[in-house]
Amino acid sequence: MTHDDAMAHGDPGTGGSAEADENLRTGGGADTDGYARPGGGTDADEARRRVRELLAAHPPETTPRLAFLRARFDAGLAWVHYPEGLGGLGAPRALQAVVDAELAAAGAPDNEPRRIGIGLGMAAPTILGYGTDEQRRRLLRPLWTGEEVWCQLFSEPGAGSDLAALATRAVRDGDDWVVDGQKVWTSSAHLARWAILIARTDPELPKHRGITYFVCDMTHPGVEVRPLRQITGEAEFNEVFLTGVRIPDSARLGPVGEGWRVAQTTLMNERVAIGGGHVPREGGMIGIVADTWRDRPELRTHDLHQRLLRLWVEAEVARLAGERLGQRLAHGEPGPEGSAMKLAFARLNQEISGLEVELLGEEGLGYDDWTLRRPELVDFTGREAGYRYLRAKGNSIEGGTSEVLLNIVAERVLGLPPEPRADKDVPWKDLPR
Amino acid sequence: MSTPRSEAPRPEASRSEASRSEAPPSVAPRSDAPRAAAPRAEALRPDASRAGTPHPADLLYSEAEEDLRAAVRALLDDRCPPSAVLAAAEAGRPYDAPLWDTLGRDIGAAGLLVPEKLGGQGATAREAAVVLEELGRSVAPLPYLTSAVLAVRTLLGCDPETEEEVRGLLGPIAAGRATAALAVPLSTAPGGAPRPTVRADVDGRLTGRVTGVAGATGASTLLVPADSGLYAVAPDAAGVRTTPVTSLDLTRPLATVDLDRAAARRLAPADRAAAAVDRALLTGAGLLASEQLGLAEWCLAETVRHTRERHQFGRPVGSFQALKHRMAALWLELVSARAVARNAADALATDSPDTPVAVAVAQAYCARVAVHAAEECVQLHGGIGMTWEHPAHLYLKRAKSAEIALGTPGRHRERLALLVDVPAPTS
Repeated sequence: MTHDDAMAHGDPGTGGSAEADENLRTGGGADTDGYARPGGGTDADEARRRVRELLAAHPPETTPRLAFLRARFDAGLAWVHYPEGLGGLGAPRALQAVVDAELAAAGAPDNEPRRIGIGLGMAAPTILGYGTDEQRRRLLRPLWTGEEVWCQLFSEPGAGSDLAALATRAVRDGDDWVVDGQKVWTSSAHLARWAILIARTDPELPKHRGITYFVCDMTHPGVEVRPLRQITGEAEFNEVFLTGVRIPDSARLGPVGEGWRVAQTTLMNERVAIGGGHVPREGGMIGIVADTWRDRPELRTHDLHQRLLRLWVEAEVARLAGERLGQRLAHGEPGPEGSAMKLAFARLNQEISGLEVELLGEEGLGYDDWTLRRPELVDFTGREAGYRYLRAKGNSIEGGTSEVLLNIVAERVLGLPPEPRADKDVPWKDLPR
Repeated sequence: MSTPRSEAPRPEASRSEASRSEAPPSVAPRSDAPRAAAPRAEALRPDASRAGTPHPADLLYSEAEEDLRAAVRALLDDRCPPSAVLAAAEAGRPYDAPLWDTLGRDIGAAGLLVPEKLGGQGATAREAAVVLEELGRSVAPLPYLTSAVLAVRTLLGCDPETEEEVRGLLGPIAAGRATAALAVPLSTAPGGAPRPTVRADVDGRLTGRVTGVAGATGASTLLVPADSGLYAVAPDAAGVRTTPVTSLDLTRPLATVDLDRAAARRLAPADRAAAAVDRALLTGAGLLASEQLGLAEWCLAETVRHTRERHQFGRPVGSFQALKHRMAALWLELVSARAVARNAADALATDSPDTPVAVAVAQAYCARVAVHAAEECVQLHGGIGMTWEHPAHLYLKRAKSAEIALGTPGRHRERLALLVDVPAPTS
């Protein structure tokens, strides 16, 4: 999950919109990229055999990184559940773990999945599901190898949690669409070659209709990326201004006016990726604070002790809940707990980082560095307590606000009645803004 | 984890398990470390805690466990509706004996923790936890926790020399034909029970008083920790008086046990008795988490059902975001409670060295979840939730009592502070 998509639903003030709820799906683990794929005759042994072949033909120690990644893609070992010819084998998704483990053990380079998470997690399944053959062949390989970075142009200043309210316009002009508008919370935009973009193509229709989905070339004239500095002093994200940007109709994903449906594929896939592996006890932020507590007896107070113990328990509880979720997924029982985990981690990170600043007392009054930086990844452990405290504030906003997630849990899991929806059938142009 | 990529520090990148266990920062003694507490912390800390992460427990339910759940739930749905629970409590019966016959004997729940060669089912704490989830869901007035868990676990820890004696007691309890109660205050936490308040004189007769004993009324045997060991006492023997007290929890009544030169049979000497009782308390506390989970589940389900149907201001009250968020937050707590309750049950079942930590975490968390769920249940039912007629109060009373039972969350956190080396300030 990334910042942008997060912010796509991320306005606490409008946390309850029904539209936002449509953006998000609880649970995960199922193949939700909307692409029907063959059952696949590949099993773990076959996958291992293919890995051995790849390693024999392209020894990682002598093959340049990019060449290896391209070869891996061409061998169908990039994302095994994708079709053959597009980096996959049409195999069950579960086999990926086998492949990844074998390759890691052989010292093969990976494609830095966190760095290119938007492309992998959001753009790729949408291209696979809705792209033409030509689009898939052109876009998927450099996306997977990381040669071409992707960003996501969904959120707008006026459309956060209520994403379907978006106002960026795309007007047909011959074989092109002309796009004007402003997007926000766009991480990686300054590095990106491509963007996935949704824009309004028919303002006469209610807000969920009349939206169309495009691939936007970020090098096109009229695309302007400006850093958006946030409370930490860093600029993780950007604002993106689109002024008369010409996008060829051949860069459209899915039918005209069906962009909302296409966007569901993107947004559902946000939640599919559930990290494998076991988180160790004290593996999160609680470990940093607990170690400070152990190392610095002079900082201890009884009040902080009580609160730290409570948070220690809650962190351990969250770890176990995540462990149980992973076990359920491994058993083929996708559950809605993914939303719960996101809510829990957001609250915990915020409380623990707040306690850490307080624990440090006089040192907590300082801050490591206010210099404008443009990090590719957020590094909670590489910076100091004040940074952690401030950055954690985003955890309950990015990737769906906690308020929206609570609504989803209430409606989808508990079956409580939905919020009334005043704007469902009103033409977009008549909505108050 | 579906956390943002930017969110949680990747554990493998920053704090690998190996690096943590190799170089725990405070293993070296420090001059400013609390002198009295430090050695104790070292002694209590199991190998797997603090620096290391225990081997991941199996946190799911097996098919056999689900079958057991289905059998128990069907019985309780049929025979233990809230109206019956309330009627039984008002009648002053210590427990529903015919229901216990069916659950304990016919379904075999009473002997789950007892090895087959001793007349039980040879199952583990994992299965017992599933039974307790269902018992919590129905606030059933049955001596499962007190007899089938606490008493059985105490007896299993007794001296092999008295094996015949122990066998003689265990068999009927495992078969559901008899019940026993461990005569300690229900509030006693594992990990350092206070010295027994009962003394044995030279001829082995017991004198003393134990307050707040759960399951004592109606039990066929009392297991009494005394200064010189653990003793079995017949409740109807001369010099034994069991006085029911008016309990906050109507469904798990307490009693005061008075002994005045009462005849008793010794089951274990003092050291072994203390270990047996502590293991029983640890087991009870760990499994109580599952009962609390089941209780909380009923409270949430019933609250959701009510708020979907109850209309105010022209809408179901469950459609108001202020209420929805509270119920969603409870669900989140339940998801977590299930994971920790399962973890504790699995640790107990596998005799994991991490058991004390798993149990302390489970009690510190699940006790609060049950109380929160029951309190929300009362509040979100509005005036109805305050009535005697509606069963919400039975759940609230059980939840609040269970929060104190076998150690309050605060006591469990204190223990955790020692177990995982998060020590209190010295002054």
